[in-house]
Amino acid sequence: MSTFGAVFGEAFRLIGALDLALLDIVWLSLRVSLSAVLISTVVALPFGAALAVTRFPGRDALVVTVNALLGLPAVVVGLAIYLLLSRAGPLGTFGILFTPAAMVVAQAVLIFPLIAALARQAVADAWREYAEQMRSLGAGPVASSLALLHDLRFSLVTIVLAAFGRAIAEVGAVMIVGGNIDGVTRVMTTAIALETSKGDLPLALGLGIVLLGIVLLLNVGAHLLKERAQRHHA
Amino acid sequence: MREPGPPMLPLVLEGIGFSAGGRDILSGIDLVLEAGPRTVILGPNGAGKSVLMRICHGLLAPTSGRVLWSHRERPGEPRRQAMVFQRPVLLRRSVLGNLTFALAVVGVPHYEREARAVAALGRVGLAAHARRPARVLSGGEQQRLALARAWMLEPEVLFLDEPTANLDPGAVREIEAIVQSIHASGTKVVMVTHNLGQARRLGDEVVFLDRGRIVERSAIDRFFRTPATAQADAFLKGELPWH
Amino acid sequence: MALNRRRVAAAFLATALALGAQAQEKSIVVASTTSTEQSGLFGHILPAFAKSTGIAVRVVALGTGQALDVGRRGDADVVFVHDRAAEDRFVAEGYGVDRRDVMYNDFVLIGPKSDPAKVAGGRDVAAALKAIAAARAPFVSRGDKSGTHAAELRYFKDAGVDPGEGKGSWYRETGSGMGPALNTASSMNAYVLADRGTWLAFRNRGELRIVVEGDTRMFNPYGVILVNPAKHPHVKQAEGRAFMDWIVAAEGQAAIAGYKVGGEQLFFPDAKR
Repeated sequence: MSTFGAVFGEAFRLIGALDLALLDIVWLSLRVSLSAVLISTVVALPFGAALAVTRFPGRDALVVTVNALLGLPAVVVGLAIYLLLSRAGPLGTFGILFTPAAMVVAQAVLIFPLIAALARQAVADAWREYAEQMRSLGAGPVASSLALLHDLRFSLVTIVLAAFGRAIAEVGAVMIVGGNIDGVTRVMTTAIALETSKGDLPLALGLGIVLLGIVLLLNVGAHLLKERAQRHHA
Repeated sequence: MREPGPPMLPLVLEGIGFSAGGRDILSGIDLVLEAGPRTVILGPNGAGKSVLMRICHGLLAPTSGRVLWSHRERPGEPRRQAMVFQRPVLLRRSVLGNLTFALAVVGVPHYEREARAVAALGRVGLAAHARRPARVLSGGEQQRLALARAWMLEPEVLFLDEPTANLDPGAVREIEAIVQSIHASGTKVVMVTHNLGQARRLGDEVVFLDRGRIVERSAIDRFFRTPATAQADAFLKGELPWH
Repeated sequence: MALNRRRVAAAFLATALALGAQAQEKSIVVASTTSTEQSGLFGHILPAFAKSTGIAVRVVALGTGQALDVGRRGDADVVFVHDRAAEDRFVAEGYGVDRRDVMYNDFVLIGPKSDPAKVAGGRDVAAALKAIAAARAPFVSRGDKSGTHAAELRYFKDAGVDPGEGKGSWYRETGSGMGPALNTASSMNAYVLADRGTWLAFRNRGELRIVVEGDTRMFNPYGVILVNPAKHPHVKQAEGRAFMDWIVAAEGQAAIAGYKVGGEQLFFPDAKR
């Protein structure tokens, strides 16, 4: 393909032009994926930690299930959420299909197993060191989980970033539940899919490079913050 | 401050046995720990000292036998026994934060926590380090923080599992001084150590353990001067370090 | 701890932002086809509609079959598609009401410059497909129950060819939209049936060009249908009808006729008033 030069040219043109429509798409991508990550994190971190520090019947089955859900294709998540949110579905009365809210729901569901499984693993590893001390202090599962999540915050940042990466790079689910509506639910990935459909491969790849750049910037920011904090805590 | 309630001690162990992986680690342990004297648990490596202490503290459930406190701790109330481990587990937060966390866990109200934590730090000589991250402290300082955390709740019993095992002599002296103060403030001290000099300095009585059984129990001076059993004699002469 | 609480509050605030940002302007959802969206027609005509009525149209572009499905489930207010037989079924089953003709475009048969089946320049689509099947020249099918797919199957029937026999050899079903099907055809130098609008807007042509056009059978009429409010009470009937009325009236029809790509008109208004 002689188009690689054209691709980078297109990417720089897109960035240089600061096209308003593109900015809208970028902003929506960030808004949707950050919201999904926030919602999912608030639920999945305590859930994963609880799985690590408590013992109850069926716990192992639950752990295996959560780990297996990591392999769930985004399209399947999208379809399931579509059927739930459709007017003919059980949650149809909310009328949020083909809105950004539906995309947030789909992405939050999609990344939940990722955050929960990795958080469980991280907490379980640390728990071996902490368990006796926590029980000696009289800390129950809730206090122990929260303390461990706090102590593991630097590793958890990496997990949350991975989840964000999966959310913002995902196309199958948001295409189905968002509908790729111009100006309403069109995000970076669905725009890329659309331009690919139109055969405008340089523009599609140019958008891809812009997406990569955004994810990279976020990761650099998070990394610097993490480094600073970690140096402080040794 | 809350009414302390009726005393927990004495602690009575009846026919305690503990096995793991098909191996008997403790068997036939009968032991009464009274308030007052400082008890040192001695014995060769693998004798089951740490396991015994964890059973006393409630971290391990015995395979057989019963652990009877005169009064049981009531769930949801501050613990009246504490334990300090060989390697202290400190949270990745400030020195002060480690103490306020322990107070929060046992339900001490928010407005009391900081003052009590600061006072506890002062007693172990760490007041100047309150705002530093706990994990950057030296080994001796970390262990002093662990002692402050245990002492802060004024427990009736404090279990110490080789608290100075990895420390330099200066740090060992500081830890020993703190343990003396804790005992002087009215807390029963039960301690596992490998350091015979430390046992002499800190102990009032010895419980000598060998191969999972209590072989001898006597006052500290008598144990070191005239051990009653051949095993204790061999141990003191350094002939019984391993099994 | 206080800091943590503040952080959690911020998280929920951000979430509320994302969920609440859905501005409550007047809008309808139109389930339509990739051909109308990707050719750029909607981008051209919808701003005019929004300007004259204040109603925003949210287009979900799918294959005709999927678009009708979305209508059946009540997830759109209006469907705007091109498969007359399926549209009539949709109305007959009670899912839609008030179908109206809007416009037509035409299909074109696309093929490689090398033209292994020697069909270039013809006007008879059935004869061309027969020649392609006889030459066992590669042919890419949408295979996605879209209007274009339905048309393609009709032409094969007219040609007396069962493309199912060519599966696995010359007949390739991609199960994808028009654009991806064109991308596939371009990369393997295959024949493919496309709507003229998508073809004209398509950039990754490679060796492909139009080989057959102008057959009257290849006229491709679009209809607009209101999703039946009796079946789905939440359907925005007034706004949906406003859109349908506008697009078949003089202003909408003129907007359709006025959309050109490379100087070429893509869609021909044919509303009967």
